[in-house]
Amino acid sequence: MRKGLLVLIVGVLFSAWSCQSKKEETAKKEEPVVKEKPKPAAPTAEDVVAAGEKVYNTYCMVCHQKDGNGVVGMNPPLTQTKYVLGDKAGLIKIVLGGLSGDIEVKGEMYSNVMPPHNFLNDKQVSDVLTFVRSSFGNDADAVSKEEVAIVRAEQETK
Amino acid sequence: MKHSIKKSPKNYFKNFLTFVVTFSIFSLCLISCNSNNSEQKDVEIDPKNKFPTADSDNGGLVLPENFGAIALTDSIGRARHIAVNDQGNIYVKMRRLADDKGVLHLKDSTGNGKLDISSGFGDFGGTGIAIYKNYLYCTSDSAIYRFKMENGIVKPNTSPDTIVKGFIVQRAHASKPITFDGNGNMYVTIGAPSNACQESPRSPGSKGFDPCSQLDLQAGIWQFKAEKLNQTLQEDGHRYATGIRNAVAIDWNFNDNSLYALQHGRDQLSHLFPEYYTQEQSAELPAEEFLKIADGDDFGWPYCYYDQFQEKKVLAPEYGGDGKKVERCEGITLPILAFPGHWAPNDLLFYKGDQFPEKYKNGAFIAFHGSWNRAPFPQQGYFVAFVSFKDGKPQKDWERFAEGFTQVDSVMSTNDAKFRPVGLAEGSDGSLYISDSAKGKIWRVIYYGEKLALKD
Repeated sequence: MRKGLLVLIVGVLFSAWSCQSKKEETAKKEEPVVKEKPKPAAPTAEDVVAAGEKVYNTYCMVCHQKDGNGVVGMNPPLTQTKYVLGDKAGLIKIVLGGLSGDIEVKGEMYSNVMPPHNFLNDKQVSDVLTFVRSSFGNDADAVSKEEVAIVRAEQETK
Repeated sequence: MKHSIKKSPKNYFKNFLTFVVTFSIFSLCLISCNSNNSEQKDVEIDPKNKFPTADSDNGGLVLPENFGAIALTDSIGRARHIAVNDQGNIYVKMRRLADDKGVLHLKDSTGNGKLDISSGFGDFGGTGIAIYKNYLYCTSDSAIYRFKMENGIVKPNTSPDTIVKGFIVQRAHASKPITFDGNGNMYVTIGAPSNACQESPRSPGSKGFDPCSQLDLQAGIWQFKAEKLNQTLQEDGHRYATGIRNAVAIDWNFNDNSLYALQHGRDQLSHLFPEYYTQEQSAELPAEEFLKIADGDDFGWPYCYYDQFQEKKVLAPEYGGDGKKVERCEGITLPILAFPGHWAPNDLLFYKGDQFPEKYKNGAFIAFHGSWNRAPFPQQGYFVAFVSFKDGKPQKDWERFAEGFTQVDSVMSTNDAKFRPVGLAEGSDGSLYISDSAKGKIWRVIYYGEKLALKD
């Protein structure tokens, strides 16, 4: 009797859940259609993050690690720090110009040299920074390639 | 009937609550008893060997059969190298100041077999520490000091002597590990201030300076007088060996009266020179080299590195190498043993005691701090190895002596590792002490012997 009741409850819950997830699926599928003015040329936020992750894995991960937490004493973490989440121009400057000298992040000192990454183009830099600012538990807005171009121009005229 | 006793979830909860409360009261009693009565011990002492009983989980370590471990302390902060006095008190060099103290003295003040912080002194962080002739030698990244000891203890407010001062301030590889021979000399590693002496540090494709002037006062091991005060690198230091990128693990082997060290090999071959190296090669290369060092030796950094697959020193890509060319690296002194890349050997200890089985005598324990530079592949290292020596030669079938530091199956990022072995010391009774740099856990490893079934 009791067992029967349990099975019933589980069954109801399960069907409710599958119903819900189907709804979500449908909603997801419908999304592009619902959009009234799609911009086919512009990459989606997911595309940018995916492209950024590729840049990250090639140029950044070796030091900052897969989880973005860096290496104690050497390579600083990219998680929940003002260097990453704060002023975007400052962050772009570090990527383009590199960084040397001890820096303190969340009470720890980090001493490894970061070489300039000005060999990356504006889009690669904005992609990777958008990825970093929205990954590893970070939740900050995107960086555009125009913002990168401005900082690059400033650095080059100096 | 299978289920004669019915237990509702409510009953389970009630029973659990009763247990928790009872257990808490019991534990509290135990703690207060302990702190009030130093005679009471909750560690069984086996009369046969007088060793305290090992922790039931060996403090999280995985050890060879009949060995056990006690976690002496579990979170004193960023520990580096350690020294043990004859009474089993431990001195720990801290990477950074802990409550304004750079050296911590740990002792068993409650008699429960665990250590607690007894005192702290020294206003400098660093790595190196060693007891030599009734002095505790401690190093910052720029100087070497010593504190007088009385009966194995550094008394409060002891002001240190300066043995060597004025090392070049450097950010990379700044640690100054030390060791002593039996002839009045002290040896100190001065690491290279860079990865590969590149014109543009860690930049893809950047060439190396040639010659690399970093070799003049860095990237080697220097010899000083052990007891002469106020020496300087330039005036008193003798460059004993050069071409060593960074050897945090150094020890004098009294069995053959020679200096030994392990080098941290260079990083990022494929990142800096993707045209010559795959990511797989870059994870394995170059070898972490185990070096036997004679006065005047040159091990080739930054021009050469050891490839353990080709079993030779090859030319570094910063100097025209392509992973195969040898050129100027012909004839450069080879390592006596090679480990896979980036494991970060951070301490070396030749075992002198009689407590462990015969094969350990005069063999080498090596603490591998663990890699950060093997991505996208899992990181490796993070254990203590043992290399036995036969007729003065290291045997290739070295063993993983102590494992389990990381507490996880796979380390993808260095932060995944809960503990990282960094320092080794031997007690006067032959126990092996291991320190951890992540939390500051310290273990004492004991050999209990075959007949002692101390652990269920």
